[in-house]
Amino acid sequence: MAVTVRIPTQLRNLAGGAAEVSLDGSTVGEVLGALDGAHPGFGERLYDDGGKLRRFVNVFLDDEDIRFLDGLDTKVADGAVVSIVPAVAGG
Amino acid sequence: MATGTALRCRECGREYPVAPIYTCEWCFGPLEATYDYDAIASTITRESIAAGPASIWRYGPLLPVEAPAGGALAAGWTPLIRAERLAAELGLGELWLKDDTRNPTNSFKDRVVAVALGKALEFGFKTAACASTGNLANAVAAAAARTGLASFVFVPSDLEAGKILTTSVYGGNVVAIDGNYDDVNRLCAELAAEYPWAFVNVNVRPFYAEGSKTLAYETAEQLDWQVPDHVVVPIASGSLLTKIHKGFDELHKVGLLADPPDVRVSGAQATGCSPVATAFTAGVDDVHPVRPDTIAKSLAIGNPADGYYALDVIRKSGGACGAVTDAEIVDGIRLLARTEGIFGETAAGVTIATLAKLAADGVVRRDERVVAYITGHGLKTLDAIEPHVRVTTTIPPSLDAFRAAFPALTEEA
Repeated sequence: MAVTVRIPTQLRNLAGGAAEVSLDGSTVGEVLGALDGAHPGFGERLYDDGGKLRRFVNVFLDDEDIRFLDGLDTKVADGAVVSIVPAVAGG
Repeated sequence: MATGTALRCRECGREYPVAPIYTCEWCFGPLEATYDYDAIASTITRESIAAGPASIWRYGPLLPVEAPAGGALAAGWTPLIRAERLAAELGLGELWLKDDTRNPTNSFKDRVVAVALGKALEFGFKTAACASTGNLANAVAAAAARTGLASFVFVPSDLEAGKILTTSVYGGNVVAIDGNYDDVNRLCAELAAEYPWAFVNVNVRPFYAEGSKTLAYETAEQLDWQVPDHVVVPIASGSLLTKIHKGFDELHKVGLLADPPDVRVSGAQATGCSPVATAFTAGVDDVHPVRPDTIAKSLAIGNPADGYYALDVIRKSGGACGAVTDAEIVDGIRLLARTEGIFGETAAGVTIATLAKLAADGVVRRDERVVAYITGHGLKTLDAIEPHVRVTTTIPPSLDAFRAAFPALTEEA
């Protein structure tokens, strides 16, 4: 499955400045794993020491927060867009 | 003498120089203003505060910005009212209400906006902006007008008509978004990266949020420099609750309170948007986002930025987090009005109804000195109360008609 991953400004230096990269994977977790494989360094920025997504890192599949879906186990379709988004502020 | 010295990530502790930034570049955690408390302690006294202005700026050294010149952003120093009738009704002892409806635009948001726009002016911004559930929209539009800034206010399009009107009147840009607050918020995070604006609750949020500490400072000062045993605070993003807790602690750090404060902090949410209360009740650390569905629109944040921290404060302080239904919210508004003559908005209804529930459950106790925070005025949310209140009767202008309508009343002989 070819999936587009959108990278926030803060992390683009890890991907040579790219705002988007194309990767393979059948779940959101696999895609993010492929991201770290292709561009080492993403893993420690996205996951805490316990291997959980950092709590101020949000991941969207197309326009839906994966916490409303199946989290990292959410299946991704060919052509989907996974966005890494710093947690919102607000309130 | 403002002493906000740096910004520090609440998650990983990395430090950044003071700037309009809000997330840690390493772990995306929220940044928070830091202070040199020893330096503040060496100058601040109860007397120096008492000699200051009747506004949040009396606590200037504990805020991350200098007071703007000319008293342009005055907010706060609202009454702390002893609520004996409400206490009796709820079976409580010493109950106080912090009446923050008495701010320039009738909600506590004037406090945070005063600090945010003070900082925005210091940074040289020309435009103030925000994502809002209504109260913040009012406060930003008004304070921008007052300080000569342009403004862009973003709100969910289903907001109460009153809150749209009381924002638009100030002449700035009011942009209604087809979506809920969390959608508005996400858009504003994107806009903040593209436009050179001071988004008070995005890129200026580390400073903005500090304004809420003044609710704790005032509470302690108004209690003759004592702290309550228990406070009840409404939760939207969770920032207000965490900053009230921080404010009490800081008073001890700078020597204004002799002993470390031991204040139980309890939170109040609407069941239609209760991510923090749900996590509290379930005993878990994960604050799972929800899609809000409640009349308490000012609290309708399904993905609360400070939810984790609010939950942590509640648990560590020995408080609780309750949630109440829309019907209970309306009852809460009416109970507050009927017993204390204070007309609060839906968030106040949430707070009072939750206080009632926690009192009934024995969580808020009769032997405690309790403070409940009334954060916004009822005139802002007339839609919520309109179906539930009406005139007692309508009669022709005659004595006979009045007597017929109230036959049981005793007349003078």
